[in-house]
Amino acid sequence: MQSLSEIDTTSKRASKAAGFSWGVAEEIGKAIRSLELFGLPGIKNLNLYLNKIEKKHPEKISKIDKENKNKELCPIYSGVAFLDQCKKLEILKNIKFYNVNYPILILPFISKASEILGIKILIKFNKSSFLMNFNKSIFSNNLQNYDIDLANEISVEFLENKNSFSDTEWKELYKISEKTFVEESDSLKAKGAGAGLTDND
Amino acid sequence: MNKLNIKLRDPNEIMKLSRLGSFHQSKLSFIRSFIREFKDWDYKRNLFDLDKEGYGTAIYSFSKNQRNYSLVCFAQHINSDERSDRVIATKWDAAFVLHDGIPTKEDIERLKKNVPKQEVGRVSCKELTLSRANKSVRAFDHVVDSLSSGKQPDKKLLNKVGYLYRTTAVYGSGKFGLADRFRIKDRKEIYGPFRLEMMLVYLVRQFTFDQVNHIAKSKNPDKAIKLDSNIARNLGIGNSTGLGMAPFIVNHPTLLHNWIYCREKALKEIRSLEEVDINELDFFKECLIKSKASINSWVTDSKYQNNKINSLKDGLIKFEKFLKNECSVTQKYLWNKIYTWAENNLEDECLEYIVSMMMEPYDNIIDPLINNMSSEEDEYFTIPTHKKISDLKKIIENNYKSIIKIDFNMKESNFNFWFISKNKEEPRVANRHEEHGAELEQPLAIARDIKKLYEKIIKEKQTNTIAEFLLKHDEARHVVRRAFIVDQFPYSEIQDNTISASLVPIDMLRLKLSFFGAVKFDPRSDKWLRINMYQGAPLSHEMKTSNDTWVYNVVN
Repeated sequence: MQSLSEIDTTSKRASKAAGFSWGVAEEIGKAIRSLELFGLPGIKNLNLYLNKIEKKHPEKISKIDKENKNKELCPIYSGVAFLDQCKKLEILKNIKFYNVNYPILILPFISKASEILGIKILIKFNKSSFLMNFNKSIFSNNLQNYDIDLANEISVEFLENKNSFSDTEWKELYKISEKTFVEESDSLKAKGAGAGLTDND
Repeated sequence: MNKLNIKLRDPNEIMKLSRLGSFHQSKLSFIRSFIREFKDWDYKRNLFDLDKEGYGTAIYSFSKNQRNYSLVCFAQHINSDERSDRVIATKWDAAFVLHDGIPTKEDIERLKKNVPKQEVGRVSCKELTLSRANKSVRAFDHVVDSLSSGKQPDKKLLNKVGYLYRTTAVYGSGKFGLADRFRIKDRKEIYGPFRLEMMLVYLVRQFTFDQVNHIAKSKNPDKAIKLDSNIARNLGIGNSTGLGMAPFIVNHPTLLHNWIYCREKALKEIRSLEEVDINELDFFKECLIKSKASINSWVTDSKYQNNKINSLKDGLIKFEKFLKNECSVTQKYLWNKIYTWAENNLEDECLEYIVSMMMEPYDNIIDPLINNMSSEEDEYFTIPTHKKISDLKKIIENNYKSIIKIDFNMKESNFNFWFISKNKEEPRVANRHEEHGAELEQPLAIARDIKKLYEKIIKEKQTNTIAEFLLKHDEARHVVRRAFIVDQFPYSEIQDNTISASLVPIDMLRLKLSFFGAVKFDPRSDKWLRINMYQGAPLSHEMKTSNDTWVYNVVN
């Protein structure tokens, strides 16, 4: 089994060899390491993508807007630009990328943005959903089909920080937790900290 | 209260390669902190299955509570023409791996198939560090011959060599399938950097003594005697080191900062002491006197190193005179007086020697620093892209003062390039004007790339964000990241040009090796050197009763 350190270094070197700058290659190394750590096929997708761009290096992205269209979008340049600008992009609530090659490769950059912003981000493409949890985990409804060479549309939604449960559910659980508390008798009240004093001094 | 308001030394001075290449071992060194941390662990030789010639398998361990670390050793026969210190070697006298826990029979069989192959073998996340070593045939054979004929070996010969085996690489942190650091980083006993690498080397040293005794006994069972403990203690483990270490210190900026910062913080705290106890001063003097034995037995053919050793010896003569005639504990801020005198009167080699020695009396200052010498580089990887170009410009002007003055249009400034050799995947440096391959240059020309970045950003609109700049200039991304790191970690960057014609790469190696605790730097060219580790260290059965000044116990 390859260590994450080997995955990072080899992905970085391969990406540099494929024409990315050293700084971007460093980002790719960390991104692929993170995908593999989360159990997603980073090495496989990077391999396929670097082979695809061997003859023609992808176009860089000049700006991230609410809607990002091109004949083909590079998941790495799009991901790095998204990460760099994530603090400005949050107000857009929902961003769309069209025609993105090997879309799995954009995930780790958005996952990192989720950590930086401190909010969850939901990504959807090709009937799959991926929930980015502050770069601690990636939750997906698709655990098998990751061989996607093109996403016609990627939707990136910044989620509000809110509870996943109702008020009633919380109250019910709280009530159960109260069973660990001790009912104070008059005697216990009289001996408690601050007993007999006023706070008016 | 620091009444003198002594400041940390300026990174622009300290981080010059000539200064870093003058660092010496100290109380902060990793082999010394390893022994301090593990001295109360239980040492055991678990297996010693060698044949008459000394070939076979041995296992040594350290254990405490439920934790166990096992060194698995494989010794084999190699022909003399197969023995090479060069990284291109494919066979070694012995190969070693540090296993996490007690290895099962299956583990040992698996390791036996892979560990002797080193880089072309595979180990697993149950293994922590990996190494190999060759005999110093001259010393090893002499010891076997002497012991088997009932005599102790010639001390003069052994002092000249200093060890029985020389390692040629020690790998850790995920290399060749070894455990990634994240799996073990929360273990308190390995908070200090390179602690498991230091453990491996320490146990390898014990193996070399056991092996030499075993072979002598097998050769002449009736007459053979054991290697005298005093002689054994005086032997360390040699190491041949090439350029592999140089990129490491460039690629781990926050780790580099933490090492240097701890050294500088210790110096600052010691200089700030208003009162110095007579016992503290005497202890310093005692260490200084004892340490001279090690300097006097420091042998090298390198002119470069001999000049440094002579500068050290001359400096120490002057210093001892000053110490005797002008220093007394009745003086306030005595250490600051000593340091200031040394700074004004000594060359780098001796000045940094005195700095190391000044730490000796102060466990209370040094010990708390040891656990701050590791780093989580990934935590500082993200570029703060919301910041402005003006912020970046200020950082570069403050932190790369001398770098941005270098003229990289001059041939001498843009002379070398760093690359990874295809044969062995090892870093190399070469003249870009004479050799091919400069187009595959590694990102280690930080000074040149920072200068290029600076030239770009002074033309940019200063209120633009870094994110906007990087959209147009991703070729500068690696140095933009570094600049923001150096802003937080001022000792993270070498303040020199690592591709200039005057580069002495072994300065970079010596910096790292001094923090390991290596002594007897012996450059074999400007690109590789031999060193000694653990010379004078307590033997394994003596660890529990050892004291921290063992490094000065070396006798001639």
